[in-house]
Amino acid sequence: MTTPSHPTPPETAHNRPEMTVSELSASLKRTVEDAFGQVRVRGEISQPKVAGSGHCYLRLKDDRAVLDGVIWRGVMGRLSLRPEEGMEVIAEGRLSTYPGRSSYQIVIESLELAGEGALLKLLEERKRKLAAEGLFAAERKKPLPFLPRVIGLVTSPTGAVIRDILHRLADRFPVRVLLIPVRVQGEGAAGEVAAAVAAFNRLAPGPADGPRPPRPDLLIVARGGGSLEDLWAFNEEEVVRAVAASAIPVISAVGHETDTTLIDYAADRRAPTPTGAAEYAVPVRLELRAQVGDLGGRLDAGLARRLDAWAGEVRGLGRGIPPLGRLVEEAAQRLDDRAERLAQAMAGVLEGRRARLAERAARLPTPTAQISARETALGVAGQGLARAWATAARERATALAHLGGRLAAEPIKRQAERGEGRLGELEARLDGAAGRRLAALDERLAQVAARLEGASYKRVLERGYVAVTDAEGACVTAAGALGAGQAVRLAFHDGSVGAVVEGGSPPTAKPKPKPAAKAKPPTQGSLL
Amino acid sequence: MSKSPAPPPAEPAPTDPESLSFEDALAELETIVRRLEGGEVRLDQAVGAYERGVALKRACERKLAEARLRVERISVGEDGAARVESAGDGPDGAA
Repeated sequence: MTTPSHPTPPETAHNRPEMTVSELSASLKRTVEDAFGQVRVRGEISQPKVAGSGHCYLRLKDDRAVLDGVIWRGVMGRLSLRPEEGMEVIAEGRLSTYPGRSSYQIVIESLELAGEGALLKLLEERKRKLAAEGLFAAERKKPLPFLPRVIGLVTSPTGAVIRDILHRLADRFPVRVLLIPVRVQGEGAAGEVAAAVAAFNRLAPGPADGPRPPRPDLLIVARGGGSLEDLWAFNEEEVVRAVAASAIPVISAVGHETDTTLIDYAADRRAPTPTGAAEYAVPVRLELRAQVGDLGGRLDAGLARRLDAWAGEVRGLGRGIPPLGRLVEEAAQRLDDRAERLAQAMAGVLEGRRARLAERAARLPTPTAQISARETALGVAGQGLARAWATAARERATALAHLGGRLAAEPIKRQAERGEGRLGELEARLDGAAGRRLAALDERLAQVAARLEGASYKRVLERGYVAVTDAEGACVTAAGALGAGQAVRLAFHDGSVGAVVEGGSPPTAKPKPKPAAKAKPPTQGSLL
Repeated sequence: MSKSPAPPPAEPAPTDPESLSFEDALAELETIVRRLEGGEVRLDQAVGAYERGVALKRACERKLAEARLRVERISVGEDGAARVESAGDGPDGAA
């Protein structure tokens, strides 16, 4: 560290000058910025974060130290790679301090991947990620058109690549080519390639020979060979996504046959070289011409042969037709033949019928013979009937005698004896049951009597109540029923005494003749 | 040509040969030739098929003859509108 260049405070109690914090921080900032105005530092990116302002804050670290870093928004746009967690990079920039936080940081001006190994690792990870999204799936691949009318070319406008492609197209099948020139290497290349692919897709379809650039039927994205870094733009996600999203089939031709970039996986066809891309893109015109010529010749020959064949067939069939006169003669002869056979046939039929009639008549029997035959049959049947009658009568008699033998009084007697025994038993059981039932009823009666006793008014009298009866012994239940001087009997639980009513009120409107007696019963009633 | 896409229907709808793509026209021509050679055509169809074949052949030949390399360098604006910056007739015109 250098010594501060500030003027020292006038009063110096110590040898050392005294500074404010701001002064020291500012001095430190200058010192750091002077000493580390341009550094190259290698480390692993950790926690990259793009703030709302567009600036990117991150940390660079190795196994022992950590360095804060910032990439201003303007620089971010120019970087050839996006900072990602874990990326091994070489950052270039200057160191500066942030006095407000007593911290220092590197202000990054450019960023590159550290070494081929790191690049390949990044490539592998990115490939896995994009493959997992299905961007490279075989079923996404579109077939190339057989003969595109318009080809869209995305490549550098200068150099061998475009010349090779156009020469090969001209040799094979010249078509209309639309070129969107792009940078194919370095900062901004990836964005330009992706934008060009998207731009071709946005063009409206139109006639191939119209004045406005029509939408191409096929795209070729091409670049010559180079190092992994040189080809890096074609590994960038935005390029891969643009190609995968293209509705127009895409042929990729990036680098040499041995170089494979991620765009090759997303493209519908990968060509080993730019020349190869032109060969995939169009067929050979001369071959097609020959093919059309051949087909034309076969068309002519085919029709001619067909016509010849038909003519031959007609001639051949014509030879097979017989002369008309012969046809008539044959028919007349057949007619004569049939007429003759008809006449003969008629006679034959009549003769046959006559013979069959005679035969039937001979076989017819006389009525007398028939009657005698029936008589004989009747006699035989009559004899059979008499025999059958006698046999049936004998059989019935035998059966009757058998049944009589089986009829006897003994079983019935046994049945009656069994019945008597059972009757005695039932009688005994009936007596027992009746006795038990009577005893049970007695007991229940005693229980009810006891409960009745318990409910008697005398029980109430035992608790201090008095029953009042008049001269006739009727129970007095209301004060209004008594007059002054009337004799009553008061019944206690252990006996009764005579009494005379002292005062009396008219039976009506007598709110408190016996206030105590009146007031009590409700509360006591509820207690009971 | 070994590559032959699905042949058009046996009784082709009379599409104007000029409006067909080269590939389709070629395939239809091939089918007609094969049917004529194979004797699958009736007399009243044969002449029609032949005429159709001749028209297809002419269309194919015209498409082949018309082919011409034409290179245009275009730029695409923010709105997606394309503009021709320069045009050339050959491989060297674009360089």
